[in-house]
Amino acid sequence: MEIKLTVNETTRSDEVEPRLLLIHYLREVCGLRAANVGCDTTSCGACTVLLDGESVKSCTVLAVQANGRSVTTAEGLVADDGTMSVVQQAFRENHGLQCGFCTPGMVMAATSLLAENPDPTEQEVREGLEGNFCRCTGYHNIVRAVLAAAGKIADGQANAEVNA
Amino acid sequence: MIPASFDYEVADSAAHALSLLAEYGEDAKLLAGGHSLLPMMKVRLAQPAMLVDIGRVAELSGIRRDGDELVIGATTRHADVAGSDVVQAEAPLLAYAAAQVGDPQIRHRGTIGGSLAHADPAADLPMTLLALGGSIEITGPSGVRTVPADDFFAGPFETALSPDELLSAVRIPRGGDVPWGYQKFVRRANDWAIVGVAAYDGRGALANMGGTPLRAHAVEEALRSGAPAAEAAEHAADGTSPGYDFHADAEYRKHLARVLTRRALEGKTG
Repeated sequence: MEIKLTVNETTRSDEVEPRLLLIHYLREVCGLRAANVGCDTTSCGACTVLLDGESVKSCTVLAVQANGRSVTTAEGLVADDGTMSVVQQAFRENHGLQCGFCTPGMVMAATSLLAENPDPTEQEVREGLEGNFCRCTGYHNIVRAVLAAAGKIADGQANAEVNA
Repeated sequence: MIPASFDYEVADSAAHALSLLAEYGEDAKLLAGGHSLLPMMKVRLAQPAMLVDIGRVAELSGIRRDGDELVIGATTRHADVAGSDVVQAEAPLLAYAAAQVGDPQIRHRGTIGGSLAHADPAADLPMTLLALGGSIEITGPSGVRTVPADDFFAGPFETALSPDELLSAVRIPRGGDVPWGYQKFVRRANDWAIVGVAAYDGRGALANMGGTPLRAHAVEEALRSGAPAAEAAEHAADGTSPGYDFHADAEYRKHLARVLTRRALEGKTG
């Protein structure tokens, strides 16, 4: 069937089989390879993307379920001039990755978490990322990165208010 | 893993979904969030020929008060139940339990009706509905019927739903001030309960202590006859025959049921 949706702020329409999973649509039809297939069983979170701004595991969503909706992948967090999002920069600055396989999913889960809870405690960050596994067990720096991103977003908002 | 091929129809109303179910019979499955069904389809434990997507039917979603009950539409997501001011005020046990399902991504997709219709005996919401004394609204070709939670779960992954029926809503008694507790024993984040216990108003329910979620009848009877929580909880495993797996054998599950029931009756969460 034909689906029409927004992927990283670009409107697209594609003919897809109903059984096509969103992760395969993104990787194979759209050519967006940031989201990874990890466990393929809704556990590891490596395939996490945003659906209408909320984190979902794209291995357990059909592409047809995204019809008419908006999908964001890690590629879509980068501005046209190459500037990374605050969350992406915080992962880099805090070395919030080891092998990097879980990173796109972690970044998307963290982006969704901070949209829902802009000022999380460390415990809330850990619980908010419970759907994402880092098999290198690099969780400490990932949590630091998310807390740093929350601080930067708050500072940015404070500056914007001062300058307004 | 790729599901077997199927046809796909988007229902635009509950009536439309029912007509599609009538047309395709047992070959059809309802899809909402897909977080129970799609994993089963990916490993081909389920191979429906037709998926009827009710995820866009507005009348099946939402939370409202109706007299002394809360009515929660079947396709209301766990995140929306957990985050709802109304549910937090009127049925805090349900809000808490919904926040224990899976992980944030799963709660953004999975629905209350889907979890109940899937009827996993280890899941959070089936035992919670039993403890709350809730009921399930089922819409079928001949109208709406309401089934108490006690009569809904028929076996592992089996319910009172017929193939031509639709779980349309969940009814929960309003009880913001009623004491409650919730215990879920897991070894890893986002696992199913090895054993779970929900307690509410002198009622108790157990997850993963048998083929269905179970009312802890012996515990309730002890409480009614005046036994303190710790004493009543000693009866939590009475009459149960839990299974075993690499997490726990039956004796350990029975031990967990007793300990977790005491904690739940004491109003603890965890």
